[in-house]
Amino acid sequence: MSGDKLLSVEHLTMQFGGLKAVNDVSFAASASAITAIIGPNGAGKTTVFNCLTGFYHPTHGRIALKSQHGTIELQNLRKHQVSARAKVARTFQNIRLFAGMTVLENLIVAQHNRLQRASLFSFAGLFGLPAYRKAEKDAVERARFWLDRVGLTSWADAQAGSLPYGQQRKLEIIRALCTEPVLLCLDEPAAGLNGSETAELARFLRELRDEHGLAILLIEHDMGMVMGISDHIVVLDYGRKIADAAPAVIKEDPAVIRAYLGEPEAA
Amino acid sequence: MLTKASRTTFLVPLRDGVLAGLVALVLAFPIVGLPTSETAHGLVLRPRIPEAIAFAVAVFLGRFALGVAEAGKPRPILLIALLVAIAAPFASAAPEFGAALAIGGLFVALRSALLAFPGVAGRISGGIRVPPVAIKRAPLVLLLLLVVLPLTPVIDRRLLDIAVLVLTYVMLGWGLNITVGLAGLLDLGYVAFFAIGAYAYALLSLTAGLSFWGALPIAGLCAAAAGLIVGGPILRLRGDYFAIVTLGFGEIVRLVAINWSSLTGGSQGIAQIPRISFFGLADFTATPDPGRRAFHELFGISFDPAHRQIFIFYVILALALAVNAFIARSRKLPLGRAWEALREDEIAAQSLGLNLQRIRLSAYAIAAAWGGFAGAFFAVRQGFISPESFSFLESAVILAIVVLGGVGSQLGVVLAAIVMIGVPELVRQLAEYRMLAFGVAMVAIMVWRPSGLISRREPSIRLGDAT
Ligand SMILES: Nc1ncnc2c1ncn2[C@@H]1O[C@H](COP(=O)(O)OP(=O)(O)O)[C@@H](O)[C@H]1O
Ligand SMILES: [Mg+2]
Repeated sequence: MSGDKLLSVEHLTMQFGGLKAVNDVSFAASASAITAIIGPNGAGKTTVFNCLTGFYHPTHGRIALKSQHGTIELQNLRKHQVSARAKVARTFQNIRLFAGMTVLENLIVAQHNRLQRASLFSFAGLFGLPAYRKAEKDAVERARFWLDRVGLTSWADAQAGSLPYGQQRKLEIIRALCTEPVLLCLDEPAAGLNGSETAELARFLRELRDEHGLAILLIEHDMGMVMGISDHIVVLDYGRKIADAAPAVIKEDPAVIRAYLGEPEAA
Repeated sequence: MLTKASRTTFLVPLRDGVLAGLVALVLAFPIVGLPTSETAHGLVLRPRIPEAIAFAVAVFLGRFALGVAEAGKPRPILLIALLVAIAAPFASAAPEFGAALAIGGLFVALRSALLAFPGVAGRISGGIRVPPVAIKRAPLVLLLLLVVLPLTPVIDRRLLDIAVLVLTYVMLGWGLNITVGLAGLLDLGYVAFFAIGAYAYALLSLTAGLSFWGALPIAGLCAAAAGLIVGGPILRLRGDYFAIVTLGFGEIVRLVAINWSSLTGGSQGIAQIPRISFFGLADFTATPDPGRRAFHELFGISFDPAHRQIFIFYVILALALAVNAFIARSRKLPLGRAWEALREDEIAAQSLGLNLQRIRLSAYAIAAAWGGFAGAFFAVRQGFISPESFSFLESAVILAIVVLGGVGSQLGVVLAAIVMIGVPELVRQLAEYRMLAFGVAMVAIMVWRPSGLISRREPSIRLGDAT
């Protein structure tokens, strides 16, 4: 695969019993780019994310991520190491917030590892040393920055579980951003959002790409949004990759049209 | 002819009542109906079939009455239930049955009263509107009361003893709240760490001659080490399995204490554990050993056996406050927030880089350490320990205090400990019905306040704070 890519997935296969949920899939994603992964339900999109983020250990294949310290092979990492070492963050198809904690607390937990080091594994924090207080202040500032960006500041001290659905989606995304990722994996972030919320989300993702140089992997069913903001689209069907190209090309691809519309019935 | 309305008012409750009565019969037959008793000729079966049937009938009546009350006729049921509750103790020939009927009648009466006057029910389950100021001030007032308690004239030795006991359970409740309330791990064997701390102090003081103050940290460390060793492999397990293994661990520790007689004295336990000293400076005794000083000499006052007891009270107060301060502090630290995050959603937490196993282990081991401290205190206060003090029942009581008080609530634990430990001790006549009261209290809490007496959660940080 090309050498300048941030992420390269090579011959990824994930087998559950007799089912190959992901079958020999290869693709790549660059920094400052949005790479969409689309496909019908059950195509294996979420499974790809789970392999990337340590939740599944792939049956075959290699997932390589470039970092300052050389290449990291994600398939060898455990769940928590993917964020801590490789700086890959994700959201979930069914929102997963710390519902009983406040919005701000959700964002502070996302900065756990940095704060834990600053507090000397909580010992310094136990006695309120200044180094920890500064680190905590920075963490709050980072949280405030993202809260302002998505207009959630007034909700900061509310219970995360009490937020309206659309705000919960936003919160989950900025919580992932608080880990300062290089690669952000979003699993159907527009699901359940109305038209204006979806447009706002699309604008936000573009800004993340253009201003923060983030690489974004986007699983999404809203074709308007996918075609509008993606630099590159990977199409999966029954675990196999059936197309991999720019949006304009994907739109015309007969295999993709067939996967989405089904085989034309004999009249 | 039954109208549709009377069908739902009476037939459905009747069906429910028959079902409940049958279940009660199945349960009561072996438990109540066929008890064994030990005689000189070995175990003998003393059948009590009529009693078993009577219990089943009582359950049927109770369920039926509740059903009718719920279906819209709470007032007549309230009246009947009250009459039954009042009459039962006098009318019944069998006193146990009379008592059961009275309690059941009271329960039905309470439920139908709440149904008949919904305003009251709403006020109770909507949180007896305790103003936040009261919750904020309550701990301070409580603390002041406790600090001056031993110095007030109302206190006598018995009251002080009860206060020490309640505080011990408060400390244990707070310690267990780290695992159960903050980390969300159901630990059914917390008493194991209490036992390890107690035996650690007893053995260290008797064999190595360590004082309480020297042995206290070691007792805590022993318990924490046990927590690390046990927790390492089992924290991988999912919720229910974890609870079962901790239950087993609690029993194992007790069985080891019984069977390793050469070390622990077996079921005889360990007696004559050295008493507490005044920070190693002086002993609480009228006649100090040669080379030692007595407390009353040190302060130039006359000897009073209550001095030791008052000192013991302040020691447990300080220990309990230490747990409380630790929890309050750690909730605002990354570690405490990570405990809560893992409780809320372990998958999301791990995707944010939280090491599930290490973080949970820290909660389990830290709670174990506090349990160990409490155990050492228990041993020095009693002067005698035996495996009997560390049965599963103790774990259950501590857990009940945590659940009843409101998982994660510090003040709730204090209230629950007073209600569940203090009140039965205070009113000795009630002590016999303690387990029954436990059950009723738990059911009541589960029905009306499922998240405990106090369920408000204070955010650990607010956006305004840092600026
Ligand atoms: N842990 C698992 N065990 C067994 N089968 C799984 C598991 N995870 C996913 N699958 C199966 O893999 C296939 C792809 O699922 P998924 O990746 O969730 O699809 P989608 O593209 O809709 O996100 C589905 O058939 C699903 O049932
Ligand atoms: Mg999916």
